[in-house]
Amino acid sequence: MHPAFSVIFLTTLIGAGQGLFLALFTGQLYSTIHLVEAQPASFYALGSALSLALLIGGLAASFFHLGRPERAWRAASMWRTSWLSREVIVLPVMMGIVFLYGVFHWAGWTRPLIVLGDGALPIDPTFVLGLLGVLVALALFISTGMIYASVKFLQEWSSPYTIGNFTFLGTASGFMLAAAYSALLGNTLVGFFGTWAVIATLLGLATRLASLLRNASLKHKSSLQTAIGVWHPRIEQTSQGFSADSFNTREFFHHQNPATLALIRNAFLVLVFPVPVALVILAYAMESATLPIVAFAIQYVGLLAERWYFFAEAEHPQNLYYQRIS
Amino acid sequence: MTQLALVIDLNVCVGCHACVTSCKQWNTSGWAGPMVDENAYDANPTGTFFNRVQTYEVGSFPSTETVHFPKSCLHCEDPPCVPVCPTGASYKREDNGVVLVDYDKCIGCKYCSWACPYGVRELDEQQQVMKKCTLCIDRITDQTLPEAERKPACVIACPTNARLYGDVHDPDSEVSIAIRERGGYALMPEWGTKPANHYLPRQKTRMHVTEEDLQRSNNPLTKEDITVYSGEETLDDVSW
Ligand code: SF4
Ligand code: SF4
Repeated sequence: MHPAFSVIFLTTLIGAGQGLFLALFTGQLYSTIHLVEAQPASFYALGSALSLALLIGGLAASFFHLGRPERAWRAASMWRTSWLSREVIVLPVMMGIVFLYGVFHWAGWTRPLIVLGDGALPIDPTFVLGLLGVLVALALFISTGMIYASVKFLQEWSSPYTIGNFTFLGTASGFMLAAAYSALLGNTLVGFFGTWAVIATLLGLATRLASLLRNASLKHKSSLQTAIGVWHPRIEQTSQGFSADSFNTREFFHHQNPATLALIRNAFLVLVFPVPVALVILAYAMESATLPIVAFAIQYVGLLAERWYFFAEAEHPQNLYYQRIS
Repeated sequence: MTQLALVIDLNVCVGCHACVTSCKQWNTSGWAGPMVDENAYDANPTGTFFNRVQTYEVGSFPSTETVHFPKSCLHCEDPPCVPVCPTGASYKREDNGVVLVDYDKCIGCKYCSWACPYGVRELDEQQQVMKKCTLCIDRITDQTLPEAERKPACVIACPTNARLYGDVHDPDSEVSIAIRERGGYALMPEWGTKPANHYLPRQKTRMHVTEEDLQRSNNPLTKEDITVYSGEETLDDVSW
């Protein structure tokens, strides 16, 4: 497939936005039960604003993918059958919850509604919003992943690993960003977020390596034989029927040589996994305020490469029909 | 239920592209707007087509065979392109099974083209909506046309009659009989899309001449003949 930058930015930006929200709420959960230091309301409000900005950025990027962006609202109608439609619905819901979560924190509407467990777990409106937000963030990760995983003849994508990758890598970059954000503010949560960021990154490494391995030995079900229905081991296209480009030659081919592909794969394997993890550990040891920021930035660049490769790696069966210009 | 479809006879297709040009002519002139071409007279022309004729070479020289292969939307009975469309712009008509795109609803997200294994959907470069074969829906449903002309433009244009058109759910239709009796097959059956369009395979007409046919061993004259021959001419040796 041709890697479109609109979709690369859409998926990486909203992934980081969702992940940052998950991180904020994890922080709140831990501080409610006094496992980490409590943070001021501004920490959550600003963090939510950052998460919302990423989600909006992703949404804006997605508009560049559409031929007719002015009609984008129509995309919410077929949620019964289309994962794309489901994503289109869940994304604004996510934004709404992140917005409310930030506003409630900022306005200080945090009086407990009920208190559970002998006064140990006060449930306030932000807590409820946070829990809802976690569910919606997961739903959004699943919707995004299923857009790709549900196309069964894009065999490289059609596996549960795709959903795992979107979920864990988005979460990892969100927690990285939370660590960077805490480091910038100079609070004590850097190590906490950093630890979770490393855990999510390692989970992402597991699913990403699994999908790379799976795809390396993937057998494509379609062949020229099934494509034109002629049973002969040697078939070659002599003409695709037109003398230059068409939508089919632009949208489904990456037009890069295998060396570029291997380079980008190796780049993301280095930039997404070992480098940020090492930087987070180093930041913890050196109590550095800048290294977590660098770690997030490097991982984000790596994720752009990862997403590029994700698209380029997928072989669409239609390519069998478009092999030879003449 | 009716399922309109094309049956394409690869045995007689000569790869003349008459279906391509007639398709473009008819569908670019209709109420749905043009099928846009860009750089039509320049180095890198590109444009929207519903139908393409491709050519394949089967086998190795010298025993090769050329297969001309017209390709358009197959109007799948279980079309994977339809449920993925987020707007409902892509749909399958209940009454005749034709898969269509509502150009007024399409947002040009291209997801349906990803979800078609056959590569027959093309995004129009200028209108930025998804286009594909409509089976000339505006011809075949037009009651003001004489019955004989209520067919897709390509079917009428094909000089070798390689394109049959009809209802593949009616067992007595021309297309159903052709599929049944001449080995009609579907493309990429592995994906369970159940294409309505079928292809008829190439067929070779071979004459089987055996040694016995040449020797006329069953010549009744020989059988009844009780003469003992010793090398002289017989009736069998006379050339007529
Ligand atoms: S051939 Fe492709 S576009 Fe046509 S109905 Fe089948 S899946 Fe859809
Ligand atoms: S490109 Fe148009 S027809 Fe295709 S899935 Fe998107 S909205 Fe539907």
